[in-house]
Order: sequence, then C-alpha cells, then structure tokens
Amino acid sequence: MHDHHDHDLTFQADHDTGPASPYEVLEHAIRELLVEKGVLTNAEISEHIDKMATRNETLGAKVTARAWTDPEFKQRYLNDTRAALASMDIDIGDMAEYRVVENTPRIHNVIICTLCSCYPKLLLGYPPSWYKSVTYRSRTVREPRAVLQEFGVELPDGVEVRVHDSTADLRYIVLPMQPEETTDWPAEKLMAKISRDSLIGTSIPT
Amino acid sequence: MTMQTGAAPKFQPGERVRVDSRPALGHCRAPLFIRGQTGTVVTVHGTFRDPERLAYHQPGLPPQNLYKIRFKQTDLWLDYTGSPNDELEVDVYENWLLPATN
Repeated sequence: MHDHHDHDLTFQADHDTGPASPYEVLEHAIRELLVEKGVLTNAEISEHIDKMATRNETLGAKVTARAWTDPEFKQRYLNDTRAALASMDIDIGDMAEYRVVENTPRIHNVIICTLCSCYPKLLLGYPPSWYKSVTYRSRTVREPRAVLQEFGVELPDGVEVRVHDSTADLRYIVLPMQPEETTDWPAEKLMAKISRDSLIGTSIPT
Repeated sequence: MTMQTGAAPKFQPGERVRVDSRPALGHCRAPLFIRGQTGTVVTVHGTFRDPERLAYHQPGLPPQNLYKIRFKQTDLWLDYTGSPNDELEVDVYENWLLPATN
C-alpha cells in the first residue's frame, strides 16, 4: 500500500530533534542535582516556567497608563524606574536595571538588542520572535525608518529617530505619547490603547 | 547584574569618546558597528561586573563603569538615508572607551 504523506507541505520541526547540545546536557545535570539535593523541586521549576511563559505586556501597559495619568509617578518612572515600579509592587529583582525612554513630539524611540535579545521581560513577557531575528536586529540600527515604516509607523517630518541598543546591564522600555483624544480617560481604559509594540517603539498608540 | 561599588568614572556626560577598534575575542559587548566610532557620553550608568569576563566564569572584577554613548547615525553609516538628526544610543563599558581624538 502506498503510504504517502505530504511531509513537505505540513512538516514542522520538532522542538527537541537531534542530540542535546553541551549546554542542554549541562542544564539537565545541574537541574537534576538541584532537585536531588532538595534545593528545588520539579514542581517549583515548572511553576516558574509557567509564570514566565504567561507573562505578557499587561504590566507594561499598567505602568504606562499610570505614567500618563499621574505626573508625579511619571517623573519617578523616568528618573528612578526601580523605585517607581516598586511603588506599584513590581520588584525588578537583581537581573538588570530598567530605563524608560520617553517619546516626545520631537523624538521617537525604538528598542533593540543587536547582540542577542535583551528585552524588558518583566514588563512585557517573552520577546516576539521578530525581536530576536537577525533581520530586525541588524536593520533597525542601520535603517530604522525603513523598519518602522514596515511596522506601519509613519513619522512626521522633523521627528528624530533614536535607536537604543541594549548591549549591557540595562533594559529599556518606551514611554509612548498619550493620544490626544484620551486626555481625560481613566488608567484602566487607557491600558487598551497600549500595545506591546508601542512599548518597544515599533508602533504608536492611536 | 545589578550595580556594584566601583571606581569613579573616567568620562563625564557631554564628553566625546571613541570606541576602541581592537578586535574582540570571544564574548564581546561592544558591537562591531560602533568600534572606532566617536560619540558623546549621555549618561554614566554606574559600575557593573564586566560581562566579558563573567562569560568565562571569572568574577568580572574590578567592576567597570558603564556609559550610554550617543552616536549620530550619519557618522555610523555612510549611506544613511534618514534624518541627519537621527541617533543611536549604545551602552558601552569603560574598557572599550578612549578619549576622542577629533
């Protein structure tokens, strides 16, 4: 019997094909040791993975909406991000410092990491795959306006583009401009205007 | 990594600096496109353990001053087509920075 499947059309690579890399073997060994020694349980590891995987831009939108509606908070968010986030019960921990870059009528900010994929995970969740792509990382430093246009961002004349390459120990997040017609909106309603991409700089809230 | 206590910064905001153009071996945090380029210090971020040493399981000490350096896009790319005011900011460790010569 002819057993034909259209593998060419439907093929999807298995996540765990091929032999484990040396780092995967190392991770496996350390994890097993930690569990065996009673430092961590498998349930705790699994819970942490779930916690990170279910994180999204909700926190980022929440702090941005607060900055739009509370000028005093906005100043703190821009000048001492760690303290501002702590005041909203968001602990950025000891992994990296956070910095906020503010869009103005003269400056549009966009975030990248040319060396790898540094990203404000705590506030936005895991980065989208395009953020980690070689294309986004290399083109955004070289031709940011062309990349922004492909994302649908049309910048008026006279607006300067400022690209931030997070090469080190700091994580950047954009504070977009609040759309004019939303001036009197409450923070909860504003959150719907704030997308993940607008906090990376590849979109503008409208 | 969070901030550490370390030496006073060699450079101050507003100062012009050049990124060393030495070749990099192994883990490197100064991207190739800024090496040999001149920019301006925007912010002194503080001192952090040197990730180029941490990557090889060394303590990364003494901690390095970290700076936000602003470059003009038209300085980085000869064929840059955007506005002459467009800028690129990169965080650079002090061991990659030299006083500007121009």
